[in-house]
Amino acid sequence: MDMQVNFGGLSLKNPVMTASGTFGFGLEFAPYGDLTRLGGFVAKGLSLKPREGNPMPRIAETPCGMLNAIGIQNPGVEYFVTRALPMLPWKEVAVIANLYACDAEEFGELAGVLAGEEGVAALEVNVSCPNVKEGGVAFGQDPAQITRVTEAVKKKAGNKHVMVKLSPNVTDIAVCARAAAEGGADSLSLINTLSGMAVDVRNRKPRIANVIAGLSGPAVKPVALRCVHQAVQAVDIPVVGIGGIASAEDALEFILVGAQAVQVGTANFLRPDFAFGLAEEMEALLSDIGAASLDEFRGSLQLPL
Amino acid sequence: MSLRNCRSVKVLNISPVGQSKTAGEFFELKLERTDWDGWKPGQFVMIRPVGWELDMLWGRPFSLCSGDDESITLFIQAVGRGTGRIAELSPGDMVTMWGPLGNSFAVEPDVPTLMLAGGIGIAPFRGYVEQHPHPGNLSLFLAHRLPLDCYPYELLSRAVQSRCMLEAKPADLDCIIDTMRDLIRENAEQGGLILSCGPTPFMRTVQRFAKEFGARAQVSLENRMACGVGACLGCVTKDGSGHHVQVCTRGPIFWADKVEL
Repeated sequence: MDMQVNFGGLSLKNPVMTASGTFGFGLEFAPYGDLTRLGGFVAKGLSLKPREGNPMPRIAETPCGMLNAIGIQNPGVEYFVTRALPMLPWKEVAVIANLYACDAEEFGELAGVLAGEEGVAALEVNVSCPNVKEGGVAFGQDPAQITRVTEAVKKKAGNKHVMVKLSPNVTDIAVCARAAAEGGADSLSLINTLSGMAVDVRNRKPRIANVIAGLSGPAVKPVALRCVHQAVQAVDIPVVGIGGIASAEDALEFILVGAQAVQVGTANFLRPDFAFGLAEEMEALLSDIGAASLDEFRGSLQLPL
Repeated sequence: MSLRNCRSVKVLNISPVGQSKTAGEFFELKLERTDWDGWKPGQFVMIRPVGWELDMLWGRPFSLCSGDDESITLFIQAVGRGTGRIAELSPGDMVTMWGPLGNSFAVEPDVPTLMLAGGIGIAPFRGYVEQHPHPGNLSLFLAHRLPLDCYPYELLSRAVQSRCMLEAKPADLDCIIDTMRDLIRENAEQGGLILSCGPTPFMRTVQRFAKEFGARAQVSLENRMACGVGACLGCVTKDGSGHHVQVCTRGPIFWADKVEL
């Protein structure tokens, strides 16, 4: 079965990408599988300058999920471009850079740095990280800001595909989806983590130093499916589904509600080789359930009249 | 670097160790060895029982304690939800294992080497003694709270010069700290090497005396980890210059003067 996916000038050999922040710069996972078996991978969020991130503890396990508040720790875009990117097999797999900045102007500047990099297939704009004080989720909750940031990135992104990653921590995801489309986004990816918290009754302290953290993993999948469903209804641009995917069936659920492709995040922590075989498992499952093709299956959810 | 991989392996044996009050609190888990080309003491593996499904997401990190061509052995203390469930495994159960991960303890065959273990921190030293070319240059100090037979101490004391102290009451801790101070000073005077593994306060003590006497000391950290491969950034510590670095890939072993504890 043809598993290739093309949207907005982005060409993926299959619909499986790995989500930002769960896959390093890709090289961390190279001992466990062939990176070129993936449709693409989204690198750890990049900022203009290196960031140390949040204090420890930063992660906590929760029922069927986890909380994290890393705070976009990263060595800066310069390091990525000069040190990591040349090591990556970008000719054979789509490498997507994830951008984090504090305001629209800085987002534009960051896009400008990456626009000229041949090895970068697309830019994913993080308007939705809940773990940083400035920028981050504040953008993600304000439709006008989403439009402004998207415009700023598009203006400097040259011919790069621009994917805008949305937060689920909003009243109406459809409004945010339309705001990104209006700003010129080539696609949307959703969801980022759900804002959450965990505390310890024994020592009466939060389990995460940042107190508020982002929930991910299978626990969030129903929320993610609902958001993707609503976004697909709201806009004409392609949508990439993210949120709690831990099996081929989970991935196909997102395709069924209309996602072009998916990103696997927290499941990369279940076992480091998780993502590599997922596209083949999706293909086998599509055959099993009698789907004619990935394209035929996509968006074929039968809603009550 | 040795070959790493992720495989589902069979539990060969699981046996309780010692007579601590909670049955099965300490246990040895013997797993089928995968096709690595080797491992070094101080390195660790992540294991995640296949039967966990999605309830607990993360694997759990454990020091490689001992091993041969067919198997590896982990020495585990059941302290939480994850280790408690691992203690319930039976021979034949499948476990996803990835590794060997991280760096390893320094080996300087002809240098007097002092191993300082706090409780369960003794685990990697069994492998260290087994693989060391001149065990005659090794000595071990174990500070422990539970009965001595909970730890692989007797086994090690047959191979290397060993000493242990029980922390049963607050005053014992002062004695332990004084002893560590003397041992570290002595080792520094001999131009030796110190390796330590244990709870964070234990390693802070090592770090403090190593600095005071100019000893060369390594500490093994065991922060909470989700991935074990350097991606999640959940296990970071601060290096000597105050930058966050992953314990799983840049450690777990750090020189005591190049890490903030």
